[in-house]
Amino acid sequence: MSDVALNENMPNDALPRTAPKRLLGPAAWARENLFSNWWSTAITLALGYLLIRYAVSFVDWAFVNAIWTVPYNAAGQPDTSACRDNKGVGACWAIIADKHRFILFGTYPYDEHWRPLLVCALFVGLYIVSAMRRFWNWRLAVIWAVTLTVIGILMWGGVFGLSFVPQERWGGLPITLILATFGLAFAFPLAILVALGRRSQLPAIKALCVLYVELIRGVPLISLLFMASVMFPLFLPEGINIDKLLRAQIAIILFAGAYLAEVVRGGLQALPKGQYEAADALGLSYWKKTGLIILPQALRLVIPPLVNTFIGFFKDTSLVLIIGIFDLLTAGKTALIEPQWQGFGVEVYITLGLIYFMFCFAMSQYSAGLEAEFNRHRRR
Amino acid sequence: MSAAETLTSAVKADAPPAILLERVNKWFGSLHVLRDVNLSVAQGERVVVCGPSGSGKSTLIRCINRLEEHQEGRISVDGIELSDDLKALDAIRREVGMVFQSFNLFPHLTILENCTLAPIWVRKMPKKEAEALAMEYLTRVRIPEQAGKYPGQLSGGQQQRVAIARALCMQPKIMLFDEPTSALDPEMIKEVLDTMVMLADTGMTMICVTHEMGFARQVADRVVFMDRGEIVEQGEPEAIFSNPQTDRLKLFLSQILRGH
Ligand SMILES: Nc1ncnc2c1ncn2[C@@H]1O[C@H](COP(=O)(O)OP(=O)(O)OP(=O)(O)O)[C@@H](O)[C@H]1O
Ligand SMILES: [Mg+2]
Repeated sequence: MSDVALNENMPNDALPRTAPKRLLGPAAWARENLFSNWWSTAITLALGYLLIRYAVSFVDWAFVNAIWTVPYNAAGQPDTSACRDNKGVGACWAIIADKHRFILFGTYPYDEHWRPLLVCALFVGLYIVSAMRRFWNWRLAVIWAVTLTVIGILMWGGVFGLSFVPQERWGGLPITLILATFGLAFAFPLAILVALGRRSQLPAIKALCVLYVELIRGVPLISLLFMASVMFPLFLPEGINIDKLLRAQIAIILFAGAYLAEVVRGGLQALPKGQYEAADALGLSYWKKTGLIILPQALRLVIPPLVNTFIGFFKDTSLVLIIGIFDLLTAGKTALIEPQWQGFGVEVYITLGLIYFMFCFAMSQYSAGLEAEFNRHRRR
Repeated sequence: MSAAETLTSAVKADAPPAILLERVNKWFGSLHVLRDVNLSVAQGERVVVCGPSGSGKSTLIRCINRLEEHQEGRISVDGIELSDDLKALDAIRREVGMVFQSFNLFPHLTILENCTLAPIWVRKMPKKEAEALAMEYLTRVRIPEQAGKYPGQLSGGQQQRVAIARALCMQPKIMLFDEPTSALDPEMIKEVLDTMVMLADTGMTMICVTHEMGFARQVADRVVFMDRGEIVEQGEPEAIFSNPQTDRLKLFLSQILRGH
C-alpha cells in the first residue's frame, strides 16, 4: 500500500488519509531540542546568556541611552558635545535628524528636495506595479516609459517652471535607485540575448557572446567604472561629452549583463532536450519557441540565483563612489566629514544599512512568493 | 480490414506518396546510423517500424521532420522536399505531428494551453476557436475533464494521450510515433494504444516505432524491420511475424517473444 501512496502520479485526492501531524508544545519542543542532555543544556545556557546580554546592551545603546536631538547655536551649528560625552554609552541619532536630507538627496538644492523625494516614491511605486502580474503585458512598458520620463523631468528640471539641476548636483538615494533600476532593466534583456547567443549555432554570434562574458567577468567592477569615467572620454572626439552618470550606468549594465547571462544560461541548460524538440515538431519558429516554451521555464528555474545577482548588484552600485558619483553610501560618508559630526559613523552606517536592507529584503520576499507561485505546476 | 477501407486505400494508391525517402544516409560522427534507406509511405498508410535497440528507428523518423538532419539522399513529405529552405521545413512541420516516448508536454502550461499553443501561434487561429478544437481532441482521447490541470498532475498514460491530442490540434496529415508506450506502465499502455487505433481508423497516415505486436497486427498495413541502420525486411504484419525471411529478423522476433 505504501508503494501506491508514494506513486508520484497519484492525484492528491486519492491519498487514503493525511499523514499524522506531530504536535509539540513550546515546552516539549524546548525540552527535546534545547535541553535533551547536560551538554546541550550547557550550550543553550551559554548561548542564551550571550544573546540576551548583547541584546540588552544594544537596546540600551540604541534606544534607552540614545540622544535624539542636539541644541543648535546662534549660527545654526549643532552643538554635539552631549553626544561626545555619551559616546559608547548611547547612540547619537541626532546626526540622522540633522543630516538625513543630505544623506538621502546629497547636494541637490535644498529647496527642491521634494523633487528627488517624489522620484524615490515614483521608483517604489514602479517596483510595486511591476511586481503585480496583472500588469505583465504591454501596459507595463508604457508605465515604465512614462514613469522614467517623469523621473527625468523631475531630476533635471528646466521645463514646466522647474529650475534646472545639473547632474553633478544629484545625489543620495535617487542615484542609487537610478543606477540599480536602469542597470537591471537593461542588463536583464541583454543577459537573455547573450545567454541565447552563447548557445547559438552561428559561430560568430557564439564567439562574440563568449568574448563579452569572459572579458567583463574577468575584470573587477571598479576597474570597469574607472575605464568608463577616465579612459572612455579620451576616445571620444573633441567637444562630445557623455554624462558621467550615464557612463557609469553603461558600465554597470555591461557588468551585470555578463553575470546575469551566465545565470540565465544555467537555466537554459537545465531544460531537457525534449522541450526544444517538442516545440520544433509543432512548427514553432525559433523566437516563438524561445519566448513561449524555453525562457518561461528556464527563468523560473533560476529565480533564486537571479535574485541573488539582482541583490548583489543593487548593493554594488555603491562602488560608483570611486568615480565621484554621489550615491546613497557616498552621501552618508560625506555627511560624516563635517567636524561636529566626525566619529558618529556607526549611527549613519546602521541607517544606511537599514535602507539597503529594506530594498533587498523586499526583493527576496517577492522572489520567494514568485517562486512559489510559478512552481505550482510542479506540485502534485 | 473492412471493405470500405480497402476502397479508400485503393483510391489513394495513385496519389503521390505521403512520405518518400530515397537512399537516405546519416552519420553521427563516424557512426553510420542510416544506410541507404528507401521508404515510400502512401497517403493513409499505417507503417510500423521495429528493430533492435540502436538500429536507427528513432533517427529515421526524426529525419522526416528534421529533428535530425540527414546527410545524403532525399526526403520529401507530401511532395515537399526537405532542404535547407526554412519555408519548406515550416510547411512540413505543419503537416507532420510527432509523439515522443517521453511525452515532452510543456510542464508550465495547462493541458488546454499545451494543445492550443501551436494552433494559436503557428496556425494563427483565434483563441476561442483553438480552444474549441483542443476540447474536441481532448474529448476524443477521452480526457476533456483534465483540461485545466498541469501535465505533472496527470498519469503517464494520460500525459501521452494529451501529447497525441496536442499533435492532432495542428491537424496534421501525417503522425509520427516514437515508441509512445515504452515509458508507460503495462496498465496504461492499452489506453494509449486504443487511442492510436482510433486514430488509425480515421485514415491518418502513420509511422509508428513500436514493439507492440498486437497493435502492429491490428492496424499496420506494413511492418518495416530495421537493423544496424538498414531496412532489412518489410511486408504485411502477418508475413513478417509468422514467416520471417532473414536470420536477423528471426533472432529479433525470438528475443521480443521471450521478452513478452
Ligand atoms: N544525438 C546523437 N549523437 C550521437 N549518436 C547518436 C545520437 N542519437 C542516436 N545516436 C546513435 O545512433 C544509433 C541509432 O540511434 P536511434 O536512437 O535511432 O536507435 P533506435 O533504433 O531508436 O534505438 P532504441 O530502440 O533504443 O530507441 C545508436 O547507436 C545511437 O547511440
Ligand atoms: Mg528510439
